[in-house]
Amino acid sequence: MAIIITVNGKSQSVDMAGDTPLLWALRDGLNLTGTKYGCGIAACGACTVHLDGVAVRSCQTPLEDVGTSQITTIEGLGTPPALHAVQQAWVTHQVAQCGYCQSGQIMQAASLLAEIPAPTDAEIDDAMSGNLCRCGTYPRIRAAVHDAAKQLAKV
Amino acid sequence: MSRLGTIARRSFLIGSAAIAGGVAFGWYAYRKPIANPLLGEGEAVALTPYVMIDATGVTIIAPRAEMGQGVHTTLAALVAEEMDLPMDQIKVHHGPASAAYFNAAVLEEGVPFAPSDTSWLAETMRGAMHVPAKFLGFQITGGSSSTPDAYLKMRQAGAMARAVLVKAAAARWGADETTLKTESGAVEAPDGNRLTYIDLAVAAAAIELPDDAPLKARADWTQLGRSQPRTDMVGKVTGTAQYAGDVRLAGQLFATVRTNPNLGAAMTGYDATAALAMPGVKHVLAVDGGVAVVATSTWAAFQAADAIVFDWAAASYPANTADQAAQVAASFAPDFQDSQSRDEGDVTEALKTGTAFSAEYSVPYLAHATMEPMVAVAHVVDDKVDVWAGNQLPTQVVVEAAKITGLLPEQIDVHTTLMGGGFGRRAEMDFIRQTLQVANQLRGTPVLLQWSREEDMTHDAYRPMAMARVNATVQDGMVQAMDLQVACGSVISSQTGRLGYSIPGPDATIVQGAKDQPYTFPNYRVTGYRVPAGVPVGSWRSVGSSQNAFFHESAMDELAHLAGVDAVQFRLSQITHSPSLKAIEAVASMANWGTALPKGRARGFAFAYSFGVPVAEVIEVEQTDAGIKMTNIWAAVDVGIALDPGIIEAQVQSGIVYGLSAAIRGEITFADGHVEQTNFSDYEPLRLRECPPIAVKVLENGEKIRGIGEPGTPPAAPALANAIFALTGQRIRSLPLGRDVMFA
Repeated sequence: MAIIITVNGKSQSVDMAGDTPLLWALRDGLNLTGTKYGCGIAACGACTVHLDGVAVRSCQTPLEDVGTSQITTIEGLGTPPALHAVQQAWVTHQVAQCGYCQSGQIMQAASLLAEIPAPTDAEIDDAMSGNLCRCGTYPRIRAAVHDAAKQLAKV
Repeated sequence: MSRLGTIARRSFLIGSAAIAGGVAFGWYAYRKPIANPLLGEGEAVALTPYVMIDATGVTIIAPRAEMGQGVHTTLAALVAEEMDLPMDQIKVHHGPASAAYFNAAVLEEGVPFAPSDTSWLAETMRGAMHVPAKFLGFQITGGSSSTPDAYLKMRQAGAMARAVLVKAAAARWGADETTLKTESGAVEAPDGNRLTYIDLAVAAAAIELPDDAPLKARADWTQLGRSQPRTDMVGKVTGTAQYAGDVRLAGQLFATVRTNPNLGAAMTGYDATAALAMPGVKHVLAVDGGVAVVATSTWAAFQAADAIVFDWAAASYPANTADQAAQVAASFAPDFQDSQSRDEGDVTEALKTGTAFSAEYSVPYLAHATMEPMVAVAHVVDDKVDVWAGNQLPTQVVVEAAKITGLLPEQIDVHTTLMGGGFGRRAEMDFIRQTLQVANQLRGTPVLLQWSREEDMTHDAYRPMAMARVNATVQDGMVQAMDLQVACGSVISSQTGRLGYSIPGPDATIVQGAKDQPYTFPNYRVTGYRVPAGVPVGSWRSVGSSQNAFFHESAMDELAHLAGVDAVQFRLSQITHSPSLKAIEAVASMANWGTALPKGRARGFAFAYSFGVPVAEVIEVEQTDAGIKMTNIWAAVDVGIALDPGIIEAQVQSGIVYGLSAAIRGEITFADGHVEQTNFSDYEPLRLRECPPIAVKVLENGEKIRGIGEPGTPPAAPALANAIFALTGQRIRSLPLGRDVMFA
C-alpha cells in the first residue's frame, strides 16, 4: 500500500512496505540519491536527513513513522545555483574529497546551526562526531561549520 | 559505436557532420599508436585523447579514478594551463576504458628498486615496464602515480591542441600565427579579433598535430601551482554528484549478494525458499562463491538475503587470528625468503659491537572500509554491455565483462563513476564480476548490485597481517648496524592472481617502505619473507609502507633513546638526502620540536620516504582523565612540484587520518574462518572529536614531481606510538595502540 510523505516540500507517494527505512524509500522509491547508505545501523551518519528541521538517521527511520513530518534531504537544502549557507561554506573551504559522507555531514551541520547559531569547537565535536568521514576531512569540516555560522549570522 | 557513447549522445551532435562525435586532440609518444577511443573503434590515429571540443565548450578527459584525491581537478588543470583555458570554462570527464590511457608510472614503481635508485639496472627495468604497461593496457589508478604519469603527457596534449587551434585561426584570418595569442578559451589577433576554440574546433581537427609543441615555462603558469576549486565540489555538496549506486535506469532492479564468509571458499548449498516468498523479491541467482538476491528495492534484497540458509565450504587458511599470527612468525625462515634487496656493509659482523638492540613488531589485517560499500550497475543485452562502477582499473572491467557475457570488448562500455572512497579497494573486481554475472542472467534488465556494509567489511582484500624483527647496534650516537626482517603475505601475488595474472619474482611491497629509506647506516640489511598465501590481501593506502614505516620508525625512536640522542637529530645525522633533511627540519620547526611542553603533554616524531615523497610528521598528545588525546599534528612533505597546494594539503591530512584510524583501533580478526568485525560499530574509524588540527607544509626540493595520495599515511602510526612512549614511557610494538592504552 502506498504511503504518502512530504519530501522537500512536495507530497510524494511511495509504494513500499511500512517498515522500509526512509533511506531506501528516498533512494529506491523516489530516486532521491543524494542521501547515502553507509552502514545501516546509525553508526556513520551518511544517511542523515531532516525531519521537521532536525537531523535524523534515515536508515533507522521506518517509512511508516514519518507521518506528516516535513522531510528535507540534501537536494532540498540547496541546489547548485542556489546553495544553502552550509553548502557554500563547504565550497569555500573545499571540504569534500570522495564526497560520499558529505550530504550527511552537511545535513547534520545545518541542523546544528539551526539549534546553536554560533557553536564552539566542543559543540561542533559533539554534534558532528556521529558522522564518519574516511577521507579525513574533519579539520575542514570544523572550519566550514564556523564559517557557515558567521555567514548565517549576517543574514 | 563510439566507446565514448554517452558523451557523444549527450552533447556532441550539433548539426555539423564534421563535429559530430567531437574533436579530440592529444599526444602520444610511444612507437605505435593505439586507436583513439574517442573516435570510435578501428581508427588508428596518432593521438591520445585528452581534449574534446563541442558546441558547448571544452571537455578534458581525466582518465584516472576520482576517489576523493582531487585527481580530476589537477589533471584537467595540466591541460587547461597549456590551452589558456580558465578552469571554470571546462568540463571534466573520466572517459572510456582504453589502453590509450595506460599508466606507466605505477608499474615503474612496481619494479623491485627504490624510487630513489637511479642505477643503470633500476632504470633499465623501469624502462622495460613501459612495454607490458602498454600491452596490458593497464589503465590503473593507484601507487600515487596519476600526477607523475600525466605531468608531461597532459600538458603536451594541451599544448598540441593549442597549437592547431592557433594554426586554424591563422588560416582563417590569413595571419601570421606567431602574432596570435590565446586567452580565456579563444585565439586573439593583434587587432582585437577573436575566435573561440569552439569556432575553431572543426578546422583545427583537420590540421596535423605538430611533433612537438613548446610547453609554458613554470614562471608563466597562471593556474598550476595555485589551489583550484575542485571541479567535483558543487556536485558533492548538493547531492547531485553521481556515484555508481546513484545510477537509475528504466526497469532497473536492485540486488545484493551473500557470499562465503570463509574467504575464497565455495558455497556448497543454500535454501532460498523463504527469501523467494518475501515481497518484492524477484530472483535468487548464483554468483561467484554465493548468491545474489534481486528485488524491487535494495532493502527488499537485504531483507531477503538475511532469510537464506547457506552451507559454506571451510576456509583454506588458518581459521583464527592466533594461528594466522603463528604462521607469520614461522615465516622468518630461509625457505620463505622473498628478497634481500638491501645489504650494505657487513651486518653480521657489525652486530657484534656497540650497544645491542632487539625487538619484534606486529600489525594486524586491516579493511579498507570505504564510506561507500561496494556497488555497481550493469545492463547486458545481446550485443551490448554497459557497466557503471567506481573502479581503479577500467580496462580490466572490459576483460571481466567479455569473459562473463561472451561479448566482444568493443561491445562493452565501462562508465567509471565517482567513487565513495577507494584506498586500493576499488582495484578489485569481485563486486563488478558479481554484478555482471547477475545482469548476464537477466539480459535486458539493468541491475544495481549493492553490498551491505557487513558484506563489505567481511569480504575485503585486506592489508596483510605482518611482523618485523629488528636487530641493531648503536655506537657514538649513530646506528652501527641494522638488520630488519619483515614477514608479510604477498599483495602483488594475491591481487594479480585474482585478476588472472602471475608476476614472477620477489614482491617489492613486502619490503616497501623498509628497504628504501634514505638512512646511511654503514651496515644495513633488509630481508623480506613471504608468508604463504591465505586470507586475500590487497593494496591498502600506501601498501607495504603502511606497516613497514611503523616497524622502521618505531625502531628508530627506540634506537635514538638507546643512543641518548634526540629523535630528530638522530635522523638528521644519518640521512644525506637533501629533500628528506629539509622535510624533517621543516616539521621540527613547525612543531617547535625540542621546546618544553606543559606537564602531561608530549610529542612524537616519525619520518617515511614512500612513493618518492619524504614525509616528516610530529604528533602531540595529552594525558587527560578520559585517556590520551591528540592535540596537534604537523606534517612536512616534498612532492617535487606542487601543482595544487590546497589539494595536496587535503591529501596529507586525509592520509594521516586514515593512518591514525588504523593505528588507534584498526584491527580485522578471524574466528572460525570468518572476519569478526562487521560494521563501523566494531571497526570504528577516527571521529571528528578525536581529530586535532593538522598543519601541512608542502615543499618542492625533490628531484621530480610526485603523487601525494598515499605518502601521508605511513608516518602517522609510528609518530603516534612514539608520542605515547614520550608521554608514558610505554613502548607499544603491536598495533592497534588502543589495545594497550586508552584514548580519550
